[in-house]
Amino acid sequence: MSNSEKVTAAAGRPAIADKVRESLGKRYRAEQRFQLYGIIAITMAILFLGFLFASIISRGISAFQATYVNLEINFDESVIDPDGGRDPEVLHKASYRGVLRQSLQDLFPEASGRSERRALLALISNGAEFQLRDLVVENPELIGTRQNVWLLAAAEVDSVVKGQVDLDLDESQRRMSDQQVGWINQLQNDDRVERRFNTTLFTNGDSRDPEQAGLRVALLGSFYTLLVTLALSFPIGVAAAVYLEEFAPKNKWTDLIEVNINNLAAVPSIVFGLLGLAVFINLFGMPRSAPLVGGLVLTLMTLPTIIIASRAALKSVPPSIREAALGVGASQTQTVTHHVLPLAMPGMLTGTIIGMAQALGETAPLLMIGMIAFIVDPPSGVTDPATVLPVQIYLWADSPERGFVAKTSAAIMVLLGFLILMNAIAVLLRKRFERRW
Amino acid sequence: MSEATTLTDPIISAHSRVPEMSIADVELPKETVGDITADHPTMTTRNVDVFYADKHAIIDVSLDIGRNEVVAMIGPSGCGKSTFLRCLNRMNDTIDICRVTGDIKLEGDDIYSKDMDVVLLRARVGMVFQKPNPFPKSIFENVAYGPRIHGLARDKTELEEIVHQSLERAGLLNEVKDRLDQPGTGLSGGQQQRLCIARTIAVNPDVILMDEPCSALDPIATARIEDLIDELKQNYSIAIVTHSMQQAARVSQRTAYFHLGHLVEVGATDQIFTNPRTKLTEDYITGRFG
Repeated sequence: MSNSEKVTAAAGRPAIADKVRESLGKRYRAEQRFQLYGIIAITMAILFLGFLFASIISRGISAFQATYVNLEINFDESVIDPDGGRDPEVLHKASYRGVLRQSLQDLFPEASGRSERRALLALISNGAEFQLRDLVVENPELIGTRQNVWLLAAAEVDSVVKGQVDLDLDESQRRMSDQQVGWINQLQNDDRVERRFNTTLFTNGDSRDPEQAGLRVALLGSFYTLLVTLALSFPIGVAAAVYLEEFAPKNKWTDLIEVNINNLAAVPSIVFGLLGLAVFINLFGMPRSAPLVGGLVLTLMTLPTIIIASRAALKSVPPSIREAALGVGASQTQTVTHHVLPLAMPGMLTGTIIGMAQALGETAPLLMIGMIAFIVDPPSGVTDPATVLPVQIYLWADSPERGFVAKTSAAIMVLLGFLILMNAIAVLLRKRFERRW
Repeated sequence: MSEATTLTDPIISAHSRVPEMSIADVELPKETVGDITADHPTMTTRNVDVFYADKHAIIDVSLDIGRNEVVAMIGPSGCGKSTFLRCLNRMNDTIDICRVTGDIKLEGDDIYSKDMDVVLLRARVGMVFQKPNPFPKSIFENVAYGPRIHGLARDKTELEEIVHQSLERAGLLNEVKDRLDQPGTGLSGGQQQRLCIARTIAVNPDVILMDEPCSALDPIATARIEDLIDELKQNYSIAIVTHSMQQAARVSQRTAYFHLGHLVEVGATDQIFTNPRTKLTEDYITGRFG
């Protein structure tokens, strides 16, 4: 280095190389600092995300398993079908609660008192009697036999089996008495308790009993709502963007429209809910709590997002492609449909799916149009009452029962799963369309 | 012609030219010097003015483009030669603030009249752009697009024939015949530009406009395109805008010199480069400003 200094000095020129070298160190340090900031930002983002996922998953994972209890059920003909006619109506109305109570009593004969018997029955889910009923109605030949049947346990039993209840606490401070815990232990020792994958979570609608509550209504409701939203917002959004970007004259009116679209994107979503309530339900008389209205409201909400993303995608298509098409005599419409749209499609799809993901997680406007109702029966179409995943999460988070704590986190996991799935589809679609050069 | 080539060495003309005078110092002639007419004009333009909002970009230009000849338009940057070229197929329509007045005729039809369909006009007046801009589709689709939208081929065989013929005439067929289904954007710059020429001649226009078609290409690719232009003039009328005076000298029969929106001088290419009649033209081709 000193050699080169001498050479440059000898040549009588200012030692530019040395000056540059001086500043080089500063420049590289600035660069490193800049990179460090980036790495810190990303690390923090990943940490927060990891914390979020860890807390949700650790709390919610247990809800994907449900506790079942194996009982030897005596399908007593004198209780279920005293006439022996096997009339489905009679089988439907029979007291299966009595059958269940009898079976429990056979297993624990020491429980004799009225309150003890009630405590015993509380071990099994309220839904168990319907489970037995459905079993008998489907297989009438079971009547008069004794069968081992796996029945859904009550949510409190589920919590005890999963170790979520602190049994060292004083008996008066927990929902399960020492006697009940003793019975559970006895059942476990007899291998009569099992944890299985919780299909109820996906096949049932909402319920007051945590062990019976499921996401079916919310999943279907979200599906129908998003279907309506997608079917309306994608074509309308793309058409609006194409018109504004490719055909509309640039004047005061289009400027005004552009400003207002940007404003709409920033309007709080609950305002759209109020609008939906006033216009779609009160004025047009559409059904309350219906995915149709939810979809319409979310369409209004996602349209600005889709229009802005689509316009950006159209803007990013190089003008040389338009010139090339116009130059060989393609009309304006041909230029747009043959060349510009295919190139802009990946960007438009990305914008649309981001809008859809936003709509999937939206709660506030749906509360305004009644999608917060307690709904047990799954909707069969877009006009049936339904709820959606985020609203279901809100409802469960609001419920006092311990079983809903895990359920809430499980529902969040399902929602996040769908969001990840949608984003993956967005990436795949973009890759697919981009491969068409 | 060889004399013209030596007059304007590419290095002097294009890069290290030191301006000895400012463009604004020069006094513009009142009228175009030289003969603006062609013997068999395909396109005629008379008293064309172009405005970009308030800016008067082309001032009273009249020029013919003759059949089977190449007209070169030269001039310093911003002199309006590209703007003028883009009037000839109404490409300026895409610019909202652009307004064109005057009389531009293609085979006697006023191209700015209400009766002229702009799609039909652009089918008859093809254009090759400065930067090669093939569609992001296959080579075949690039060439087939024009004939297909205009319904020039009755069936697939005919379409294939048009595509092959056009590629052949653009001198590209031998290089790409085994990979017609591959993306046109995967070709080299020179090949892409020849593909764009093939795309233009596939529609079989009357006139081909070329807007600095070689400015993004290396000398070898440029030479190929220039040879191609020479061949194409047997079938088409060609107007070419170029920054390279050698190119104008090599490919054109007539040359028009534009300056600040005025058409200063028009004449046979030999005469313009060896014996310019105005001081402005002489200053430009000898490299005194640019």
